[in-house]
Amino acid sequence: MAQITNREIQQAGRLDSAEAFMALRERILAASDPNRTEIIVCHGTGCLANGSVKVAEALQAAVKAADLDIKVTGCHGFCSRGPLVVVRPSGLFYQRVKPADAEDILQSVLEGGQPVERLLYHDPNTDQALPQEKDIPFYSHQMRIVLRNIGKIDPTDIGDTIAHGGYLALAKALYQMSPEQVVAEVERSGLRGRGGAGFPTGRKWKSALAAIKKKGYPAYVVVNGDEGDPGAFMDRTIMEGDPHAVLEGLILGAYALGAHQGFMYVRAEYPVAIKHLNIAMEQARALGLLGQNILGSGFDFDVQINRGAGAFVCGESTALFTSIEGRAGEPKPKYVRSVEEGLWGRPTVLNNVETWANVPQIIEKGGEWYAGLGVPHSTGTKVFSLVGKVNNVGLVEVPMGTPLASIVEDLGGGVPGGAPFKAVQTGGPSGGCLPYDMREVPVDFDSLTRAGSMMGSGGMIVMDKRDCVVDVARYFLRFLEEESCGKCIPCRLGLTRMREILDGFSQGIGSEKDIDDLVSLAAAIQDGALCALGGSAPNPVLTTLQYFKDEYLAHIKDKRCPAGVCKDLISYSIDPDKCTGCMTCARQCPQKAIAGEKKKPHVINQELCIRCGICMESCKFGAVNVA
Amino acid sequence: MINMVIDGRQVQAQTGWTVLETARQNGIHIPTLCHHEAVEPSGACRLCVVEIGDETWSKIVISCMYPVAEGLNVKTDSPRVKNVRRWILEMLLAQCPASPEIRALAAEYGVQTTRFVNHDPNEQCILCGLCVRVCKEVVGVSAISTIGRGVHKKIGSPYGVVSDACVACGSCVTVCPTGAMSARLDAIRGVHAGREAGKGGK
Repeated sequence: MAQITNREIQQAGRLDSAEAFMALRERILAASDPNRTEIIVCHGTGCLANGSVKVAEALQAAVKAADLDIKVTGCHGFCSRGPLVVVRPSGLFYQRVKPADAEDILQSVLEGGQPVERLLYHDPNTDQALPQEKDIPFYSHQMRIVLRNIGKIDPTDIGDTIAHGGYLALAKALYQMSPEQVVAEVERSGLRGRGGAGFPTGRKWKSALAAIKKKGYPAYVVVNGDEGDPGAFMDRTIMEGDPHAVLEGLILGAYALGAHQGFMYVRAEYPVAIKHLNIAMEQARALGLLGQNILGSGFDFDVQINRGAGAFVCGESTALFTSIEGRAGEPKPKYVRSVEEGLWGRPTVLNNVETWANVPQIIEKGGEWYAGLGVPHSTGTKVFSLVGKVNNVGLVEVPMGTPLASIVEDLGGGVPGGAPFKAVQTGGPSGGCLPYDMREVPVDFDSLTRAGSMMGSGGMIVMDKRDCVVDVARYFLRFLEEESCGKCIPCRLGLTRMREILDGFSQGIGSEKDIDDLVSLAAAIQDGALCALGGSAPNPVLTTLQYFKDEYLAHIKDKRCPAGVCKDLISYSIDPDKCTGCMTCARQCPQKAIAGEKKKPHVINQELCIRCGICMESCKFGAVNVA
Repeated sequence: MINMVIDGRQVQAQTGWTVLETARQNGIHIPTLCHHEAVEPSGACRLCVVEIGDETWSKIVISCMYPVAEGLNVKTDSPRVKNVRRWILEMLLAQCPASPEIRALAAEYGVQTTRFVNHDPNEQCILCGLCVRVCKEVVGVSAISTIGRGVHKKIGSPYGVVSDACVACGSCVTVCPTGAMSARLDAIRGVHAGREAGKGGK
């Protein structure tokens, strides 16, 4: 934490030049001791849910006498090991910390202290303790550009952000670069939109410049923070953990495009993100980094937050604009691009949170530097949320082009139990399902599209042999059916009808003609739907059909669900050779469907069984089978 | 004048026209449900889809909103176009079986039966939103709106509250492509008994 307090920084008032900004930065750096010990407690969603607030309080209470700081930061990413505590500058990493561990942690960081063995990360394969964050594979395989400061800075402290390089790019751009040079630098970087479609950001900005020139209006700049894919939390983490990076990116974009008003559209389900962004805006205004005459350059720009109202479709650009304009969030056909006619018919540049957050470093270090990361047509890094049947659930940032297998296995630690993964759903509900055979596919925009999937916003859901592809396709369809705005017929009616056909499959009802119908209807929806929600909704069905057709056929021809998921097609049984007669399953069964005496094999009454699978989960001897 | 091709025919269009306007001007039939000259197009029914492009690259767009351009090549009846229309009509046939207009249009595309189950044999509304648009844009009172989202969407008075904004002009009934609106008007204005009792008649 910067040793100059927030209040002192705010008292500096509005800075009126780049020199004044640099002088403030020098003061902050001079006042802070880089060797001072900080105990950092992750306050990302996963850690919060596991009680990290109490951990931070306990540490705060324990620390009283000692001369060190407790700092609360955004998400460190390693969610499955939370609550996380990291000691800096040493890099000592503690996982699954409880409030009761506070005293031991404190002792360990004091002079001559030893690491608390029980809280260290142990490699699951070798059981070797890895006390340093940088040695843990989950972190060592990452390249953190967008996430560089998350987990290091206090997101509510602008001084801490400035000490870690925040607003350096803005000071540079305002005084050393023309707006055209900023656009050119972004274009040189090869940055492509991180929200899903992957449109080149520099090219978008350039077309906006042309439209502004033609029409004579200034543009609006907008942040799309309406992240809604199931299992995705990249943008949330950035907004919560480093809100100034998003804000600085937006101000840079506004400067490049001559915009004076910006909007941040953030979904209402992200209250912490909204709070942190509001704090960031307030602090930036107080320092003259936002508002009128930014850093004395004569450039005026301000921004407001618009909260979403719970509609997934409002992440779609035209629906988002309609929502900001105060009408029901429904998309419009976009035969005129939003860089020409966007918000209120004005030229508008809408970029995703992660895209904006990349901009400051591109300006600071140069487009050339950024273009050197990743692969030629997908430069830079991408943040992914790695969830599902994977050991290390969490948030990772890797260079574009990293093979799928490397993300799932090296960073993710593979599937629990060590079996190979079955498939990975990339790109959220509009993406596709890639099988194990495709594990070497480089994760970049074009390779994923060629494989039938898409980058999307960066959700990555890992599945193992206990996941049924029919069930997965149904799940995503049901999600989009519920989120369809209902304006156009192909999406409103088509998704329900596709789902009904899949419902039939999951009950063993259907024929190969139904599969053909499904594909034909999917094509009609892809071609006919108004917006990308409907247009991409059939993707999970089509990719699972492409790669797992046998599994579909098993459902409708053999009336069998190979993964043991679809309830109408499965039955549970107890292997009498393995059953020890411990009674655990019989006690847990909500239907009292399991009969048997102590120390004698149990039997499941199929009439009563509702196939919930609790017996299988509760059996310690692997005696319950599903088929 | 803009020169373009529709179904292999050289046609001319004026700047600012849509593909649909150009086709109709030249006597080329494209079916529509949610389109009406009196209001802004909204692109909801998707029946007016056409294919633009050539052998190497093509895409499906809606003709009621797609602007004409020099050299544009349009197909109004390609296999991809037919596939979209057939599925829309097959789904509409299940959705609003009581509408003779939908049945006739479906028959035009060879759709006589539907594989989908129907939940309300009396339904006629296709939710094209023409009634809502005419009430807002032409009459200027916005007495009707779409309520809810997605599969729960329906036509009613704003927030489902009986509306005295309705001036009973009948424009919505006139523009309705399936005749569904006449049955809904009372629900929006409140039935007489309900109004008299001061309770509204949702």
